[in-house]
Amino acid sequence: MSAATTRRALLQSGSLVIGFALGHRISPAKAQGGSSASAPGKTVALDEVDGFLAIGADGKVTVFSGKVDLGTGVRTALTQMAAEELDVPLAQVTVIQGDTALTPDQGPTYGSLSVQNGGVQIRQAAATARKHLLDLASRRLNLPADDLAVQDGVVRPKAGGQGIGYGDLLGGRGFTLKVDKEVTTKNPAEFRIVGQSVPRLDIPAKCTGRFTYMQDFSVDGMLHARVVRPPAIGATLRSMDEASVRDIPGAVKVVREGNFLAVVARNEWAAIKASQTLKADWSDWRGLPEQVRLWEHVRGTRVTKDDVTSSVGNPADAMLGGAKRLSATYDFPIHTHGSIGPSCAVAQLRDGQLTVWTASQMTHALRKQIAAMMRMPEGEVRCIYLEGSGCYGRNGHEDAAGDAALLTRAMGGQPVRVQWSRQDEHGWDPKGPPTLIDLRAALDDKGNIAAWESEFFIPEGAAGNVPLVPAELAGLPHESSMAPGNIIQNSALPYTVPAVRTTCHRLAETPFKPSWIRTPGRMQNTYANEAFMDELAAAAGVDPLEFRLRHLRDPRGEELLRRLATLAKWESRPSPQRNGGGDVMRGRGMTYVKYELNRTYIGTVAEVEVNRSTGEIRVPRFVVVHDCGQVINPDGLRNQIEGNVVQTVSRTLKEELTFDRSMVTSLDWNSYPILTFPEVPEVVIELLDRPQERPWGAGEPSAAAIPSAISNAVFDATGVRLRSVPYTPARVKAALQAS
Amino acid sequence: MVSSVPLHVNGQPRTVEVDDPDMPLLYALRDGLGLHGPRFGCGLGQCGACTVHVDGEAVRSCITPLSSLTADRKVVTLEGLGSPEQPHPVQRAFIEEQAAQCGYCINGMIMQAAALLNGNNRPSDAEVREALAGNLCRCGTHVRILRAVQRAAGTR
Ligand code: FES
Ligand code: FES
Repeated sequence: MSAATTRRALLQSGSLVIGFALGHRISPAKAQGGSSASAPGKTVALDEVDGFLAIGADGKVTVFSGKVDLGTGVRTALTQMAAEELDVPLAQVTVIQGDTALTPDQGPTYGSLSVQNGGVQIRQAAATARKHLLDLASRRLNLPADDLAVQDGVVRPKAGGQGIGYGDLLGGRGFTLKVDKEVTTKNPAEFRIVGQSVPRLDIPAKCTGRFTYMQDFSVDGMLHARVVRPPAIGATLRSMDEASVRDIPGAVKVVREGNFLAVVARNEWAAIKASQTLKADWSDWRGLPEQVRLWEHVRGTRVTKDDVTSSVGNPADAMLGGAKRLSATYDFPIHTHGSIGPSCAVAQLRDGQLTVWTASQMTHALRKQIAAMMRMPEGEVRCIYLEGSGCYGRNGHEDAAGDAALLTRAMGGQPVRVQWSRQDEHGWDPKGPPTLIDLRAALDDKGNIAAWESEFFIPEGAAGNVPLVPAELAGLPHESSMAPGNIIQNSALPYTVPAVRTTCHRLAETPFKPSWIRTPGRMQNTYANEAFMDELAAAAGVDPLEFRLRHLRDPRGEELLRRLATLAKWESRPSPQRNGGGDVMRGRGMTYVKYELNRTYIGTVAEVEVNRSTGEIRVPRFVVVHDCGQVINPDGLRNQIEGNVVQTVSRTLKEELTFDRSMVTSLDWNSYPILTFPEVPEVVIELLDRPQERPWGAGEPSAAAIPSAISNAVFDATGVRLRSVPYTPARVKAALQAS
Repeated sequence: MVSSVPLHVNGQPRTVEVDDPDMPLLYALRDGLGLHGPRFGCGLGQCGACTVHVDGEAVRSCITPLSSLTADRKVVTLEGLGSPEQPHPVQRAFIEEQAAQCGYCINGMIMQAAALLNGNNRPSDAEVREALAGNLCRCGTHVRILRAVQRAAGTR
């Protein structure tokens, strides 16, 4: 490992603490001894350049990012953006992520906003810093700033001659400067680093076993814990028998706080064995609906309010005047995040200061939650981000952090590592809620949409804090409202239709505690909208792509669809096609998305093969055209799009949470299968790079364009419309037989 | 009753102290020897994140009790395959293809692929997919992983 990588790895692992008060660059101190809730002197203010940036006397740049890399490559992208704006080499920049004592609160890492918002804030801070450095150099060199140029962090007269490095100019001091929101950032025509497929900084270490994940992190004297969750979600712990684990060598203690139960041991295996051996008596609880009646349950749940997300004209009247009327109901089941590495955290309480190492996507918000749960002042809690297994939304990382916090306190402050089991993760991460959608529309006599009405049955709440499992179990302070994410997004249409009403009925409850899974709401809502759009195209006897273009008044979207038609070699004709005999029927289907109706554009074409006798769907190929404005790292972007495609093909074909009246029953990969290599499609991507535009998010949007493309392709192949995810062979076979 | 278990790991004789000889190899490697290449994903033999080589075969260390191994069995982990400076050809191919997102599954992918290429150095696309069918990835890095394995095999 090179010295630079070593330092980066150490910073990443949180085992360094940084002192800025005296203008020192990095003063290493073992986290074990030196960690405190705040690093005095380091501002985390969002409007201060020093919040985001530090430049050492040696010219090395440290970026402090509140947005974190969840395996998406954002650390590399932010490094590129900062290096570009400052005119320093990439290798001179280190990014510190998600440390509440060091990084500004740029909001949780969700919503595909890391580059779009987080990166742009860092870009502004860097541009402000660069301007300031030029001013300093101008005074030192006695030349107007316009006569100076920056190369590799050294400011030189354009006419030639001796230059001064950033490190010299600042002399190791801070900037003490407000971020200038109006600052002129670099002209994209001059970009040398942004827009390049810079190799990701983390991949060599990850491919050679040298990367320190959350799950690998340890501190001296650390104990290992496993939680013992109730066998039924709402069960109460009647009693437990601590003696039942006494004979397990290495077992140290059983911790109980209300219904929160855990075992602590000197080593991990002892903790695992103790968690499996511990005798505990739980009450019965059967508060979940019957799974076979899930959609009746959803439909019957009390509506607390209606969010009307679009309203144009009078759709009820227009509906009556239509030449042809259609209606359909779509549903998308409960899904889990499904991280490959179950959640993990380490916490330590020392001298009244609680430090939590966590893979949380929202360390600042988590700090507040943990402080509330522990009844500690926020200032005495520090959360430090370490990369974990991908989370795809709010999975169990935050809950595990809460577990670790309770356990270090129970162990007198000794550091405790909590590693969730596979069953804990599948059973207790918050879930993507069930989504039920009714749609109605009318076509006029020319086959255009005259009216569109839709109703989405989805839980109330927005983004926010998802209550921590340990706080709930232990009866400690926690939020009481649901936070499923901003799931009303993309319920309205990206098309121009004369009469529309789209309504989200917000439900008072949903069977499992909800949270956002990647592309929350946008994926489920787009699924229904774009599949129903296809139903209308078929009813009108019009090619699906042509039908969409007819209703689109958005030049950027229209251009995207034309590029999609070319890339996918789209054959213009109405669906379904006439497949001959034979077992395998082939088809193609498309989808158009404008993310949240105000940013990233995606067009997709799915190619499918449906086996008539087995009901099996294969997706050999997906074609994606993607426009997120300015592209920071094209290969990193492709990686994200490929991931969205594969993950969402998996969600569409295979995934559905199963449960009985007490608990999740799909507690492992056999009962909750995901896509495997033989089933993975080829993914063909075209990026529409627009360097002069602002960068938009890309971590999620393309996932919204997958389920409906498959439904549409299956319809094209078979003439049968699938409206219930997942499209398992049994369901497909039944649908084919019924037709 | 702490006992010392002799192992042969990454070319070196090592010992781990254990309370339970039935402890899976995974914990001996990760917690006993500080080798973090093999990862805990399920502990059930379902995902492949914990894969190591035992005498050249890909083995799931989360369900391999120490008691089933003898000191002459050669265990190799991701760290033993190669380093950032001198990566194994499969590791190099994964790096060149940028075949990771979170990377949590990648240990298993590389170890499984390296074992495949030991026995079959020119696998077809279908053979690679079949060989990796029991290795799960949630980030959807499959497309790149397939390219990386083909690159390592020299068929790309
Ligand atoms: S951790 Fe061993 S197979 Fe999943
Ligand atoms: S890269 Fe994240 S699970 Fe495979």
